[in-house]
Amino acid sequence: MDVFSYFNYWVVVVLMMLGFFIVIARGNLVKKLIGLNIFQTSVFILYISIGNVSGGAAPILEEGVALYSNPLPHVLILTAIVVGIATTAVGLALVVRIHAAYDSVEESEILAQDEPC
Amino acid sequence: MLSQLPVLPVLLPLIGAPACALLRRPTLAWVFACLVAVLAFLCTVSLFTTTWQEGVQTYALGGWPSPWGIEYRIDLLNALVLLVVSGIGAAILLASRASVWQEIGETRRGLFYVACLLCLAGLLGIAATGDAFNLFVFLEISSLSTYALVAMGPDRRALLAAYNYLIMGTIGATFILIGIGFLYMLTGTLSMADLGERLPAMGESRTAFAAYAFIVVGVCLKLALFPLHLWLPGAYTRAPSIVTVFLAATSTKVALYVLIRFTYSVFHLEFSQLAQALDTVFIALGVIAVFAGSLVAIFEADLKRGLAYSSVAQIGFMVIGLGIGTVEGLQASLIHLFNHALMKGALFLALAAFILRVGSSNFSSLRGIGRRMPLATAAFVLAGISLIGIPGTAGFISKWYLVLAAAAQQQWILLGLILAGSLLTAVYIWRFVETAYAEPEGDSVIQRNEAPLGMLLVIVLLALLNLYFGFDSRLPVETAGGAAQALLGGDAS
Amino acid sequence: MEVLIDIVLLSLLVATAVALVMVRGLIASIMLTSVYGLLSASFFVTMGAVDVAFTEAAVGAGVSPLLLLFTVAVIGRKERAPEGGAVLVKSLLLVVVTGALLIVGTLDMPPFGSPDAPAQTHVAPYYLQQSGAEIGIPNVVTSVLASYRAYDTLGEVLVIFTAGVAVILILASSSHRGSARLRNATVPDGSPHTILQVVGKILIPFILLFAFYVQFHGEYGPGGGFQAGVIFASGVILYGLLFGLPTVCRVLPPPVMEVLAALGVLIFGLTGVMSLLNGAPFLDYSVLADDPVTAQHIGIMVIELGVGITVASVITAIYYAFANQLEPGPN
Repeated sequence: MDVFSYFNYWVVVVLMMLGFFIVIARGNLVKKLIGLNIFQTSVFILYISIGNVSGGAAPILEEGVALYSNPLPHVLILTAIVVGIATTAVGLALVVRIHAAYDSVEESEILAQDEPC
Repeated sequence: MLSQLPVLPVLLPLIGAPACALLRRPTLAWVFACLVAVLAFLCTVSLFTTTWQEGVQTYALGGWPSPWGIEYRIDLLNALVLLVVSGIGAAILLASRASVWQEIGETRRGLFYVACLLCLAGLLGIAATGDAFNLFVFLEISSLSTYALVAMGPDRRALLAAYNYLIMGTIGATFILIGIGFLYMLTGTLSMADLGERLPAMGESRTAFAAYAFIVVGVCLKLALFPLHLWLPGAYTRAPSIVTVFLAATSTKVALYVLIRFTYSVFHLEFSQLAQALDTVFIALGVIAVFAGSLVAIFEADLKRGLAYSSVAQIGFMVIGLGIGTVEGLQASLIHLFNHALMKGALFLALAAFILRVGSSNFSSLRGIGRRMPLATAAFVLAGISLIGIPGTAGFISKWYLVLAAAAQQQWILLGLILAGSLLTAVYIWRFVETAYAEPEGDSVIQRNEAPLGMLLVIVLLALLNLYFGFDSRLPVETAGGAAQALLGGDAS
Repeated sequence: MEVLIDIVLLSLLVATAVALVMVRGLIASIMLTSVYGLLSASFFVTMGAVDVAFTEAAVGAGVSPLLLLFTVAVIGRKERAPEGGAVLVKSLLLVVVTGALLIVGTLDMPPFGSPDAPAQTHVAPYYLQQSGAEIGIPNVVTSVLASYRAYDTLGEVLVIFTAGVAVILILASSSHRGSARLRNATVPDGSPHTILQVVGKILIPFILLFAFYVQFHGEYGPGGGFQAGVIFASGVILYGLLFGLPTVCRVLPPPVMEVLAALGVLIFGLTGVMSLLNGAPFLDYSVLADDPVTAQHIGIMVIELGVGITVASVITAIYYAFANQLEPGPN
């Protein structure tokens, strides 16, 4: 059990970094947003893991249940999911306009069209 | 109603924004936004005086006490930042009409002001809240509206600047979220006051260290501290002129506040072994920011972009104060936070007026602007003098306290670097003076064409405030002193 | 058993993320994103986070891929070969350093799932023990969301409202607000979706009905205003996809959606102002009725309604804005 006690967190770290890698290494503007999405979703997994209690039930009060998982991270992540989709929507709207203005969504091709900004 | 005071500055723009969206006529939206911002400012002034006289004001949102509910805990530091943000915000909105009407298409103006109010609400919310997660939520409100506002800039590069800012900003916000998650894991609480009590008891926990690292990197992305400043020049240069004024005068200030709050109120780094290493890092980055930012500003052909790089440099000065790590250093940092908002507010607003009349912020097209717009140019120069830090202006007070703080620690090299950095400022301000009062090329006759009255009044007011706080500096100095004392020295318990 | 499911789900998540790094082409990436959302939703269920799972399934596997697909429909699905060389090395370095710092951070953490961790013993027990008496509803997540931390939720509604404002600001063509173009467009004849349309017509009423159920059942089970809003909006979007944007715009005109979005926030905000005017702190529901538990019920019901209205109308408005880039088109 000892090895396993951090296993979840380590996997989450790997997930976060895979998302982060897509954001910074990929030049396609849509792909970057997808990476951002993965990055954020992985942070959600981190929070929910924090709130996990072994053997705990979903935090909906019931007679005869004594052990619940922690409701607070759930509340926070509900908010964070909304933030995530809001960011994605705004980002994609920008990408659509960038495509209309530059006829490309590849960072390198776009930068080649303007002097640096 | 007085007991409701802490929440009102945030609440007014927060509820004002959706109400503003219901107004279909852009002029109406502008008037409404101004009204909301001015009311919020008046509430902040009242809150500020109450805090000054009676000490910390707490307010339990929803009636649930901290740590179960979300709490506002307004101390002098919060009050100072709220005052700066709401004051500058109101002034800029009042002055914005002509510039917005020129740069923003008719169909967008109404929603443009909704976004401005949302951004204002977000920034004020960050500066007021005493809950770490609530801070993240309001950070996102301000960030999302800022991305949209930057994208409203006149040419297509604004879109790219907004996109880059979105990516950088979201990475920053997600880092902050990771940090807050770690903190929650360690302590089980989100209230900053509660965190501040429980964290030092954790000792030297590696989790706490990682949490601090992620929060600092996240905030520094927002603060645009060198080398995380890459989004700033693009965003400032390409955004609509009014948005640039607003961002430069408010949003980085709020980010600095967050950095200070987490460093001293949450992590109590003054007690930590790490403090010294960290201070060195802050000082080093601050100094590099001052020189890198100033040097680029000197050679920049575009004044707006030059001033954006100047902001990178000025953020450096503030972070140096933070890095000195004493009450005096922190005080200097906070004084500069206050004064810099006035300087950059005046400078960028005057620039907005130039762009309004000339159509460009290129040095070449600003030749002879001093004859064409004498008052706005004079205000620009005055604020510029303040930026350099010449005695008699607010900027001098900033630099004076910063130099004193460095001298008190016998950091003579740092002192020299601060002075040298100020000289660099003088170079790029002088370059503008030269251009502005130069003879126009050819024999074209320059007609006097001052900025519209509303805008001009605000520009002159902001410039004169730079002068006023140069002579009567009690407000920023004493508030900053009190706030720094409370953060570092006051209650070590 | 729980451990086994946990390991399987996490491995699948890693596999999906790795596939996302490797794959080229946007459609494949979007499908993988959707899979990632669904897998994380399943993971949340095993962690007992049913409300979050519900939301993540609706957003991560629903709305977000949908918006991505709309974008790709406008801009094309090609993705250039990833940058090699310096960019790759720099990115890898940054990721490894960040990841290492995170791993170091985990070493002093309380063990996973431990009931004695500070997170489980400090604030959360209060909610689990007191909310039954103070709020009087079984779903503790709803109690915290809509009462103890209602101010965060107001912030959340403002975030989604801000997103709506931002998307409309960014996508609205500068000459007119876009909606005019929608209303004048005609329904395309001879739609190829006949079977889908018939099935959709049967499904959509149930989707909308389900949205109302989720809206008002949030106090007792997983659900609430946000999930209901997303489901309602997805019903509308399905209708739009099957019958064309102009048809759905006739039923729910874009300007109406914009007004509703603002009204939802105002319903929430003004509930708080009611408390304020009665001398209680902002969002203190106790002023809404004599009995404190009834007051909480009323407060939660009203603000959840505000959330639902804003979420449904903002997502619909965002859908309009994106679909509008596509349908009438320049050609």
